[in-house]
Amino acid sequence: MQRSASFEVKVYPELWKVLDIDIERLDKMRMVLGEVYEKHFLSQENRPKGMAYFDWVISEIHGGRIKEILEAKREGRVVVGTFCIYIPEEIILALDGICIGLCAGSPGTIPDAEKILPRNICPMVKSAFGFNIAKVCPYFQSVDFVYGETTCDAKKKTWEILNEYISTYVMEIPQMKREHDKRLWLEEVKLFIEKMESLSKKKLTLERLLEGIKIMNAKRKALQRLNNLRSFNPAPISGKDCLLIEQIAFYDDPIRFTKKVNELCDELEEKVKRGEGVKDPQALRIMVSGTPMALPNWKLHNIVESLGGMVVNEESCIGTRYFKDLMPEDFSDLESALKALVDRYMKIDCSCFTPNDERVEQVLKEYRDSKAEGIIYYSLAFCHTYNIEAYKIQKACEKEGIPFLFIETDYSPEDIGQIQTRIEAFFETIRERRR
Amino acid sequence: MRILGIDLGSRTIKWVYFEGENLKDFGVIESGYNPLDKVRPFFEKIRPEKTVATGYGRHLAKEALKAEVVTEIKAHATGIYYLNPEIRTIIDIGGQDSKVIKIDEKGRVLNFLMNEKCAAGTGRFLEIMALGLGITLEDLSQAPLLKNPKIKIGSMCTVFAESEVISLKHKGVSLEEIIMAIHESIAERIMVMLERLGVEEKVAFTGGVAKNKALKALLESKLKLSIFSPDYPEITGALGAALLALKGI
Repeated sequence: MQRSASFEVKVYPELWKVLDIDIERLDKMRMVLGEVYEKHFLSQENRPKGMAYFDWVISEIHGGRIKEILEAKREGRVVVGTFCIYIPEEIILALDGICIGLCAGSPGTIPDAEKILPRNICPMVKSAFGFNIAKVCPYFQSVDFVYGETTCDAKKKTWEILNEYISTYVMEIPQMKREHDKRLWLEEVKLFIEKMESLSKKKLTLERLLEGIKIMNAKRKALQRLNNLRSFNPAPISGKDCLLIEQIAFYDDPIRFTKKVNELCDELEEKVKRGEGVKDPQALRIMVSGTPMALPNWKLHNIVESLGGMVVNEESCIGTRYFKDLMPEDFSDLESALKALVDRYMKIDCSCFTPNDERVEQVLKEYRDSKAEGIIYYSLAFCHTYNIEAYKIQKACEKEGIPFLFIETDYSPEDIGQIQTRIEAFFETIRERRR
Repeated sequence: MRILGIDLGSRTIKWVYFEGENLKDFGVIESGYNPLDKVRPFFEKIRPEKTVATGYGRHLAKEALKAEVVTEIKAHATGIYYLNPEIRTIIDIGGQDSKVIKIDEKGRVLNFLMNEKCAAGTGRFLEIMALGLGITLEDLSQAPLLKNPKIKIGSMCTVFAESEVISLKHKGVSLEEIIMAIHESIAERIMVMLERLGVEEKVAFTGGVAKNKALKALLESKLKLSIFSPDYPEITGALGAALLALKGI
């Protein structure tokens, strides 16, 4: 296939061979990714210069970053693959480990998964499982083990089968927030520490944990800073680019990533001072809330922004839920630091919790903070907890007079036309309100 | 000024032509493979100075006809408000989707719901069922409203529902019962959307399926109120598009 490529996801055939990758398939996938990326990202107008780094990260998604990970492994560092923000990353970093969010956002591997898993489950779980069994994800092929959790039934039961292909460690996440639930999770955290200590042959100390906390706090602060800059009108960066950065946050080197996000924010602050934005100030400001969008799921953002809208916030795990809460950095002993870590993670308002009223408050807060004009609630098909919770969020929005649109979809392109019509009509109603 | 409102739907193209504020003509044609080829003959005859397009193919018309675009939702709201300003709830069932729209006293869209991504509860569903029964859409429309229907179609999916209908036929269930079950299945889907959105009087029924008298009567009996339906319900969207061209979007 010939194309005038100014952007290319780089090929690493030797590396892929070592990792036992289905080279032919991954090569096709990286070409598609390159084309899609060029079309949806590089074509954007008034793009900040600081995005060049993230373009580079994507171009190295199947190679450069993998090389770094494999080198780290040679130094004895443990590599953990995840699909959830309910993973104590501070502990992984404290023990010199690497935490990688695995591939789960492409429709391409769903048919592979459906050979084993039922069709009627969440596309994210199917996509991830498919990436593994089809051997087209270099990250899956590089990790020491997969960290699974119990935040939904589809994941929980899939881990049992995934474990037949790749070592999968499951941590129980409580689904209520009472004192004994917190104690349970502290026990789980301690078991996880044992697992990490035995693999890394290192002992978790207070000093080490503080290092991990500092790295994570700095990373989360940089993402908060980026998100805050989107509240200006015109927004200095597109929603698509921000979603991309939030996705990259899960697999890039955390220290380098933090530095690059801060450099980008320096540039954006200057833009804000000059009143420069990526679109004119009349563009509709939309907040997205709901199921996380794993790389390369850019479907909703593409539609919203191609229709002249601007996504200004993602209330989602790949979004604010990942970085809204920090941890204190002053502790006198390890035990109290671990308790604070549990407290920090128990603030996560994942829809797996019941009740989960704090999420309703959080959505309203983010709506106000981001100066959005409407909320699009995004639910993946079969993502029961987010899907059902939409009702409560919708009721709260109606009470506050916030325009609200519910979209349920999956990774396939077949419903783009219908979603487009809904979003256009939603925009029409918001514009009429402006008059 | 010559003004054209055009609704490029999934099954048919509807158009409404105004000269100044006077409605001069309107029509319905099959969409075919290339809807724009179907549009060109009358477009060149009318030579509109302003065109607003709506419907599934609206973005096609944007460049080819130099049209402005609005969604079917806004077009139907505008069209029905012109025909009957007392309407607050619209049921629109077209060839490929069904919608429920709530509008305010000025005809502005307040909220809407659309069916999920399949043919259940649409005009296409009715066409396929009629085909399976070897009857016409007019036969469906003339069917009587049964007081105590005994059978139900369980399948949401059009393809499965068709097999269900065929097996009912082979079991010797009467045609009237089967038609009633078909209409029930659409009406129930519409009722769910109406209940989600909240019904406010008065209610209108638009889109091609609004010509189905039996379905209209069934919805009226479920809602326990009378439903307004325009004389030519399928052109409501095109009419709305023309009116929006007239007054500006």
